[in-house]
Amino acid sequence: MTDAMIEARNIAKHFGKTRALAGLSFDVARGTVLGLLGPNGAGKTTMIRVLTTLLRADAGQARVAGFDVVADGQRVRSVIGLAGQYAAVDELLTGRENLELVGLWYHLPRREYRRRAVEILELLSLTDAADRRVMTYSGGMRRRLDIGASLIGNPPVLFLDEPTTGLDPRTRNDLWRFVRDLVDDGTTVLLTTQYMDEAEHLADRIVVIDKGIQIAGGTADELKTQTGGATLEARVADPRDIERVAALLASAAGAQPRSDAGARLVSVPAGAGTGLLLDAGRRLQEAGIALDDLGIRRPTLDEVFLSLTGAASQEGAGSPEAETAK
Amino acid sequence: MTSLPPSGLPIPVPRLTPFLALRDFGGVAKRNLLRSVRTPQLLLYTLEPVMLLLIFRYIFGGAIKAPDYTEFVVPAIFLITVVVGAMTSAIGIAEDLKSGMIDRFRSLPMARSAVLTGRSLTDLVRNLISLAVMVGLGVAVGFRFHSDAGPILLGMLLILAFGYSFSWMNTAIGISAKDPESAQNAAVGPVFILMFASNAIVPASTLPGWLQPFARNQPLSVTVSAVRALFEGSAAAHDAWVSLAWSAGITVVFFLTSYVLYQRAAAR
Repeated sequence: MTDAMIEARNIAKHFGKTRALAGLSFDVARGTVLGLLGPNGAGKTTMIRVLTTLLRADAGQARVAGFDVVADGQRVRSVIGLAGQYAAVDELLTGRENLELVGLWYHLPRREYRRRAVEILELLSLTDAADRRVMTYSGGMRRRLDIGASLIGNPPVLFLDEPTTGLDPRTRNDLWRFVRDLVDDGTTVLLTTQYMDEAEHLADRIVVIDKGIQIAGGTADELKTQTGGATLEARVADPRDIERVAALLASAAGAQPRSDAGARLVSVPAGAGTGLLLDAGRRLQEAGIALDDLGIRRPTLDEVFLSLTGAASQEGAGSPEAETAK
Repeated sequence: MTSLPPSGLPIPVPRLTPFLALRDFGGVAKRNLLRSVRTPQLLLYTLEPVMLLLIFRYIFGGAIKAPDYTEFVVPAIFLITVVVGAMTSAIGIAEDLKSGMIDRFRSLPMARSAVLTGRSLTDLVRNLISLAVMVGLGVAVGFRFHSDAGPILLGMLLILAFGYSFSWMNTAIGISAKDPESAQNAAVGPVFILMFASNAIVPASTLPGWLQPFARNQPLSVTVSAVRALFEGSAAAHDAWVSLAWSAGITVVFFLTSYVLYQRAAAR
């Protein structure tokens, strides 16, 4: 028995000789958001297409809300909503017509889909544009309508395929809040994204994939700790000091520092944390080196992502953890 | 873990009944009709037969030797109206595949056949309307029916059935095409051949000898012959049956072809 609303086991898919998915497994618990993160071509959209019954996997098994995506496709489709980067709404119809038709195809009674359409238009601030053709909408309005269309059947499971790609920061924030509210009300969401801040804001758990396989997984914090942890950074006032600082930090930290002459920056893994900061500060002061900045910095999820996917792209070049974390 | 444990999530989900499937078809047809009313290019397809009627009646009509050219050509123009109207199927389905709408449709619990069947129903409704307009126009330029309501109705039915079978042929063309433009180009070919290598515009006896067997027996010619006979009140049973057989055959073959092509195209 399980409470997972989305369950995937060893999903594999080839297109000709290209391996799009190479055995991907994860669960998404009811009322949570899983962020599927990966570079372009990692297999994110393919995975969404398998789970939404648009594409049949070559191998593996997947269930949505307990229904097998192959054997029970029809029932899967009635409990899911799908919205994506391509905003599949009909340009020649009005916003309201789009929503009402999708409601009809979810097999809601007429009165019910008309009421839901009004509600959703209001919720997504599209009421004023409700009876205008979608071709007059801005990109952000289209995307909102697309998400609205995926919600009209009140689906307990929502698939969002790069929902905010190309949106301005404000619209994006609004959408994030909106999705968060849905999740608080019990909706389960699978989100694909290329944006780390989006994953960090929305996802309870993150699965990073590249070339169709999982290369890391966990909460945002866990991922940050897994891939390197904190670094000590010193920015020198005079670029000529860079080599001396590098040598000092190397002996303080017992690790190989990285220097960036252009940014006047030397950084070194800070396994020992605050102790190292104080020690390094003392040594630099004794050496009489003028600094613009000195501090411990936690990695951003962006850096985690780059280090993960960068490392996966150059297989056999040694363990990525060994390079960044030691 | 290689396979999933038994599921513990009993979510009640209604089954897809024939009634709901019909409602899905209706929804698709409504959407397509709204789209075509709002697409000026597609309205041209309705105007095209009007132009043809006027051109053949008033421009070529004088030069073509036939006892009464108006009586001869107007039933053929009726048929050409629905055949040209069915070309919107090719363009429409190609547009939907290109724009990603098909993915949305296929992710919904609607009947899987609704996209294609709804498309052909759209054409049927639109053809019904254009046929009514063309009948009015035909009478205005001097065409007269010489039979009772029964045969007239039967003739109209043959015309609509033939148009319906062409909707399915064009659906298959539209799915195979890469984009709406090439769909349109591909759809024009068959219409052109069937329209001119036939007894529709000129009597088949005036065509070159080698072309006559084809021109007399191809489906559009047979249907034109049946419809002419039905409208002038002469014996039409043989041609009518052959025409119906063609329409049914074309419908079945291209329904199945479209369905297979659609499953494959949509899963790309």
